[in-house]
Amino acid sequence: MSEPNYFEYPIPDPYAIPVEDIDVSDPRLLEQDVWGPFFKRLRAEDPVHFTENEVFGRFWSVTKFNDIMHVDSHHDDFSSEPSIVIDDQDADFMLPMFIAMDPPKHDEQRKVAQPVVAPMNLAKLEKLIRARVQTILDSLPIGERFNWVDRVSIELTTQMLATLFDFPFEERRKLTFWSDVATATGSAGGIIEDERRAHLLECLEYFTRLREERAKQPPGEDLDLVSMLAHGESTRNMEPMEYLGNLILLIVGGNDTTRNSISGGVLFLNQNPGEYDKLRNNPRVIPNMVSEIIRYQTPLAHMRRVATRDLELGGKQITKGDKVVMWYVSGNRDDEVIERPDEFIVDRAKARHHLSFGFGIHRCMGNRLAEMQLRILWEEIMKRFHMVEVVGDPVRIRSNFVKGYAELPVVLHSH
Amino acid sequence: MPQILFIEYDGTEHRVDTDAGRTIMQAATDNLVPGIDADCGGECSCATCHVFVDPAWLATIGGPGPQEATMLDLAPERQDTSRLGCQIEITDAMDGLVVRLPQFQM
Ligand code: HEM
Ligand code: FES
Repeated sequence: MSEPNYFEYPIPDPYAIPVEDIDVSDPRLLEQDVWGPFFKRLRAEDPVHFTENEVFGRFWSVTKFNDIMHVDSHHDDFSSEPSIVIDDQDADFMLPMFIAMDPPKHDEQRKVAQPVVAPMNLAKLEKLIRARVQTILDSLPIGERFNWVDRVSIELTTQMLATLFDFPFEERRKLTFWSDVATATGSAGGIIEDERRAHLLECLEYFTRLREERAKQPPGEDLDLVSMLAHGESTRNMEPMEYLGNLILLIVGGNDTTRNSISGGVLFLNQNPGEYDKLRNNPRVIPNMVSEIIRYQTPLAHMRRVATRDLELGGKQITKGDKVVMWYVSGNRDDEVIERPDEFIVDRAKARHHLSFGFGIHRCMGNRLAEMQLRILWEEIMKRFHMVEVVGDPVRIRSNFVKGYAELPVVLHSH
Repeated sequence: MPQILFIEYDGTEHRVDTDAGRTIMQAATDNLVPGIDADCGGECSCATCHVFVDPAWLATIGGPGPQEATMLDLAPERQDTSRLGCQIEITDAMDGLVVRLPQFQM
């Protein structure tokens, strides 16, 4: 993966440069939390926007809610192959995964993995998840500063993944590590490319062993994901790289996204004390608040497609083969569709109508799991703490894809 | 004014009066029938307005179109009688229609 030395120039004032020079792929925009006005200007003046730079080549940025919905639900015109991030993967280390496949292969593979996160199965997991949330929250210090990201957000999402994979519980932080490695680009994770590959191959080896073990066991009823992949007709003979790709998809899909929603919720309630009061007065708002947190955070800032034919989009002529990037982070702030979009409102009407999970055939498979984790977490937080107080500036991640936090210092106050 | 009967998974019944031209999804959300999320707002892009059409009504209602069929694949409880509520436009001929709701929306 290419690392943008290219982005070493100072971040410009988005209103002081010609609109055609706006480049929203700069990974510092999310890191420094200055992305808002860049997208606001594009939505107003150039909603389908062309950029060409040395790092990512040519790409179109789609910034309005309805245009994004259109691209996302027209998979015949907009292919997910070979990659769903702006950056192309290294051709000699491609990880095939169904998020980056078109029908019919996508449909076959998704069908195998889906039952484990289907609501029916989740209902069975709810008790276990609640117990784990309770244990984590009960272990936290009251009145003492600590990093919420590490002790709660990462810990909880990692435990959930270990549960889904039936992964050896004591070794669960390996999952976190592999997720970080998989999403690291160059200096972002402090890991260079060779090391990254070595770690991912380690992940493959580990899961290959698990798969072999589980393949020998008869298919049971309460299947974990590894067993499902081991027994599933369209997945049991997966090539190693394809197997790795699908594991990484679930590890990353279920990791950073939920983690950053957990951290984001704490931050937004602190920035909006009136909303925190609403929550204290009426915890029944939690399911609605969870959707609002996920909208407001938008844990994955974009998904990218490739045009499969010459076509027109928002008045622009797109050429077959062009990259088309759907900026969910922008569409979620589009005031044509969402009222007062820059405000965090826990009892917002139609809060579920957001882009954070995407739409169409690739719509997030883990959306109900993510919502359930957040709902249970907030139910248990409200039983225990008067306030999770943010006591310092968050440290955000440098990326144009994962929108999230490395640190969020907090102090807990009991009732 | 066509009347639609929604039956929740637990058997709770909701009889709602609606207008020709609305969709089944809108008839449910207009009348606060629980169990229809309609996350995409009726764009055939989320499959959270999944319903089962009463077999007696299948001939009148018809089957899903191609995009709808693809989206229905995402619904874990999909059956032969499955449709997406936002893709069924109500006509006067549908007075008395019975649709059941799945246990969960995807
Ligand atoms: C708040 C948390 C989450 C967010 C914001 C999120 C976001 C997304 C987005 C934007 C997509 C692509 C949608 C599109 O292209 O239209 C996606 C796909 C996916 N997500 Fe999530 N996700 C979350 C949690 C999870 C969890 C917990 C899991 C699994 C354990 C998961 C697994 C997947 C998978 C497997 C796909 C690929 C689906 C496909 O291509 O058919 N996600 N997610
Ligand atoms: S409301 Fe989304 S598919 Fe019907």
